[in-house]
Amino acid sequence: MRITLNGEPREVADGQSVASLLADLGVPAERVAVELNLTVVDRQTFPGTPLRDGDRVEVIGFIGGGEDTRHER
Amino acid sequence: MNDDRLTIAGIEFRSRLWVGTGKYKDFVETQKAIEASGADVVTVAVRRVNITDRKSENLLDYLSPKKYKILPNTAGCYTVEDALRYARLARAAGVSDMVKLEVIGDERTLFPDTAGLIEAARILVKEGFIVFPYTNDDPVVAKRLVDVGCPAVMPLAAPIGSGLGIRNPYNLKILMESVHVPVIVDAGVGTASDAALAMEYGADAVLMNTAIAGAKEPILMAEAMKYAVWAGRMAFKAGRIPRKLYATASSPIEGML
Repeated sequence: MRITLNGEPREVADGQSVASLLADLGVPAERVAVELNLTVVDRQTFPGTPLRDGDRVEVIGFIGGGEDTRHER
Repeated sequence: MNDDRLTIAGIEFRSRLWVGTGKYKDFVETQKAIEASGADVVTVAVRRVNITDRKSENLLDYLSPKKYKILPNTAGCYTVEDALRYARLARAAGVSDMVKLEVIGDERTLFPDTAGLIEAARILVKEGFIVFPYTNDDPVVAKRLVDVGCPAVMPLAAPIGSGLGIRNPYNLKILMESVHVPVIVDAGVGTASDAALAMEYGADAVLMNTAIAGAKEPILMAEAMKYAVWAGRMAFKAGRIPRKLYATASSPIEGML
């Protein structure tokens, strides 16, 4: 199935959960937040949250930034 | 000065210098400069994780949440909706309920959209966030932010990254007298004397990024800022002498030949 991950189209296996997607990406779950179709996903529910075709997923974390970070956008 | 702690919303802060983590050459320089600054609060931005490079390093590997209080910001947000979205994601990332709330109103000056700021602050406070609003030096706006539940306010000294120092000291003083919550001067500091001055005026803390990261020697400037904030704070507590137009001799006349 096809999802949109951080703004880019991506093929993922059917039945993947948020947790397994992060594992595939090599992203440590404890350092990120995930938004699924504009709703924040509670970290506790990453394993039990399935992805569906057409989902829009955002994986966000913290980067260097202080006052404003326009230059890094 | 070590027992001169700042407490906001039940959180005790060891340092009155708070620093941003942007614009450094690399994470090592970031870490060294922040160490030299003595700051225990670091602001960080919320952005998409690099999912294409598995080797990409994480800022928090260099600034452990065990050692530093992580203050996520909503930098780059121009609408209430965006600011709320970023704040909620930041909290979901699990380091803190604190957020440095920015709702920017203008690209050239990066001045805050204060109407949007108050609205976003009201919503986030209701959701249980500890909201540190980045605002302008308007005392009335500061009062409104306190009214909606902000436990501190963060007025700018000058535009972000400008290094102009405190452009409107009288407004800032009025602001400090107008609200009964800690005031953290945020943005616009250019060099150590600016930070000292902010503290002498009675600011409870100063937050800066560019003044350190943009200096020729960021680590040295970070240390300079540490002492500037201390000096300014101590001078404020000590109470400066009044300004007088004419001289007052400090040596006695008695005993002169």
